[in-house]
Amino acid sequence: MPVSVKRSLGRATAVLAIATLALTSCAKSERDDSGSGSGGGTFVFAGSAEPVSLDPFFASDGETFRVSRQIFEGLVGTKPGTADPAPLLATSWDVSDDGLTYTFHLRDDVKFQDGTDFNADAVCFNFDRWYDMPESAQTDDLTYYYATLFRGFKTGDRSDEAIYDSCSADDATTATIALKKPFAGFVSAMSMPAFSMQSPTALKKYQDDGANNPRTTDYSTAHPVGTGPFEFESWERGKQITLDANDDYWGEKASIDKAVIVAIDDPKARADALANGEIDGYDLVGPADIKPLEDQGFQIENRDPFNVLYLGMNQKVKPLDDPKVRQAIAYALNKDEIVSASMPEGTQTAIEFVPPTVNGYTEDVPTYDYDPDKARELLKEAGAEGATIEFNYPTGVSRPYMPQPEDTFNVIRTELEAVGLKIKPTADQWDPDYLEKIQGTEDHGLHLLGWTGDYNDTDNFLGVFFGTATKEWGFSNQQLFDDLKEARGLPTVEEQTPVYEKINQEVMDYLPGVPLAHPVPSLAFSPDVKGYEPSPVQDEVWNTISLG
Amino acid sequence: MLRFVSRRLALMVPVLVGLSLLLFAWVRALPGDPARALLGERATPDGIARVNAAYGFDQPLFVQYFTYVKALLHGDFGSSIQTGRPVMDSFLERFPATIELGFAALLLAVVVGVPLGYLAARHQGRALDTAVVSGSLLGVVTPVFFLAILLKLVFADQLHWLPTAQRQNPRIEATHITNFYVLDGLMTREWDAAWDALVHLALPAIALGTIPLAIIVRITRASVAEVMHEDYVRTAESKGLTATVISRRHILRNALLPVVTTIGLQAGLLFSGAVLTETVFSFNGIGQYLFEAIGQRDYPVLQGFIICIAIVYSLINLLVDVAYGVIDPRVRAS
Repeated sequence: MPVSVKRSLGRATAVLAIATLALTSCAKSERDDSGSGSGGGTFVFAGSAEPVSLDPFFASDGETFRVSRQIFEGLVGTKPGTADPAPLLATSWDVSDDGLTYTFHLRDDVKFQDGTDFNADAVCFNFDRWYDMPESAQTDDLTYYYATLFRGFKTGDRSDEAIYDSCSADDATTATIALKKPFAGFVSAMSMPAFSMQSPTALKKYQDDGANNPRTTDYSTAHPVGTGPFEFESWERGKQITLDANDDYWGEKASIDKAVIVAIDDPKARADALANGEIDGYDLVGPADIKPLEDQGFQIENRDPFNVLYLGMNQKVKPLDDPKVRQAIAYALNKDEIVSASMPEGTQTAIEFVPPTVNGYTEDVPTYDYDPDKARELLKEAGAEGATIEFNYPTGVSRPYMPQPEDTFNVIRTELEAVGLKIKPTADQWDPDYLEKIQGTEDHGLHLLGWTGDYNDTDNFLGVFFGTATKEWGFSNQQLFDDLKEARGLPTVEEQTPVYEKINQEVMDYLPGVPLAHPVPSLAFSPDVKGYEPSPVQDEVWNTISLG
Repeated sequence: MLRFVSRRLALMVPVLVGLSLLLFAWVRALPGDPARALLGERATPDGIARVNAAYGFDQPLFVQYFTYVKALLHGDFGSSIQTGRPVMDSFLERFPATIELGFAALLLAVVVGVPLGYLAARHQGRALDTAVVSGSLLGVVTPVFFLAILLKLVFADQLHWLPTAQRQNPRIEATHITNFYVLDGLMTREWDAAWDALVHLALPAIALGTIPLAIIVRITRASVAEVMHEDYVRTAESKGLTATVISRRHILRNALLPVVTTIGLQAGLLFSGAVLTETVFSFNGIGQYLFEAIGQRDYPVLQGFIICIAIVYSLINLLVDVAYGVIDPRVRAS
């Protein structure tokens, strides 16, 4: 080999080696410098995806709401650590006896981040805006929550069912909302980010609800204005959203200077990024990562569960239409074993389809405690000994209510086989194959699914599952459908409570499926993060956080 | 040359039309409903019907295809079902990330691969050659995702030398002009931002560049070994030319032709590798976005991105053919 070539190659190799060394050492020092001292600093949090919009009215995803809760506030918040409504922009409210008129008394010291006043006119502007939504925006991908909770808009095919009537600004700090039909969950629903108060001035200037897609307007991508403790700074698509502390916030001002939200899809990658000092905290911790993170000194914060995981049964498939078979399956399940094998510590076993914090929860429901002998007996009575049942479960997914479906499936399968049933396992990718098969077709038998509640309303659980005949459950129980409809229409929560307790008993007697557990969703933080307050409905606002 | 380039560009038109039809059929044949993917657990039959009507998915397939092609001819690639944003906007935002990663990987492969292959050929049968040949064999057979996970485990998770995810440290305030983060850092003289972007590139680029590197080593080695024994090399040697001149002018230049072809092919293949690498390192390029779009049945994104990738792939091939002409005048003449 010619000497000169040898020399150049040698030089190149040396340069490369030095560069690599420098690269790695610098990366280390970069990270070492990146922590924040006490007071101020930047809090970097990883969610699982980017928000779909900065206008929370056009969203129903948790990642949009996570960002919204920092920028916006609603008339109503939640009591820390619970799903119960609490004053926020409204200091109090009065409800008329017929449940049709709500009078909100507003704070008088609040300004939007653009300097305009928050007052009763702003409240009415927001309510009227939602109700007047153009038909082009009345699809569930854009306005799911309004359409579902307020039943319809001023125009469109659901206008007859709409329950909103009008809003009047009695004075600067008093707004009265009139409804056409009672809606007991109204105050609770007002704590949802979708119903945040947004600046009328900014909306008029930057938002266009009639746009081809109102989630991509100037307002929804770059100019959201609320009253919250953080104001929007920038959104670099595919990289991060940056929020600045709002120095003029009316309440407890944030002690951090900036909050940055990044999207990391894979839970394990989020854990790695935390362990490597790239982020300060993240949501949706995989159960398998909890122990290793704790061992390394990271903090794990649990939310009180506001969810339910259940084993669904499609009654269109034999022998699941037989109540005795459904009862046998319930008796065959050892919920403690299922929880300990596939769910994070702190998970509660479920006895009904709502978590204990939800109105109407009662312990006085038929329970089916683990009893394999009774299960065999019931199967024998039903003539279903040795019956083959398809069992559908999802792969490649971890939901807050279903952290490790493959493991959950394996335990249940073993338990069902132990009482003599034959299980035909069918696995599908979660998104969208599994959901399509379970909710969109009758081609499934036993299946794992669940729900995380949006706000404290029983109808948000029972109504979603059993409000009408669906392909998922494959039954038509008119009595149950009617009872749920009646309960929904009662004017107050107090009146609803005994009715929902009765419905919970009715459901567990009919046993359309087996409620399994209320798994604990976890967040993880670096040791420097102080003051994060987990909420069962994810009403987590970062003005309580400090670093260092 | 100009005529050659225009002819090749014209040829791309029927290819793209055919591709659009194939893609349309393939994407619609995927099981699963985009409306359900969009609405998730909250999907109700009414809700799905409304979304399908809003996006035109309730129309007959041929109507949907012609609507799609008509828009395409006007340069409109449609909008993502998930985000509502124009597909082209998302592509242009994310494409620089993939190009930056691909370029870094290819640069690594060429800068290391060509000299290694050359050295191995010049030391055939000796220890260096054996080491290079076996090393490259290992490189070729190691799947990208495995290598990516392994590198991440060792250098990021265990040793904490390099970052595990993203393209830049979120705490660094960086100005982005072109979305090529390293270049942006250099242009704005934000050296820490440029350096940080480079550091974030290191592991994904090594993971993505290893297979092309191994292939380039092998092709270079074989090609140099063959050319070394050509008559004209012997003639050059007998003419008394210096070893440097012989290597540069006679050996490398002739041996590089198949190497350039390989580089061109590998550049195209990098896109498929990028899907895996970007997913492992949460590197927000088109690969990761495409991967998500498949799960979400985001038809417009799938169609738009793949067509854009096809255009880029065709252009890279064209560049390779032009590069032939530069390296080998005989190709230019023909």
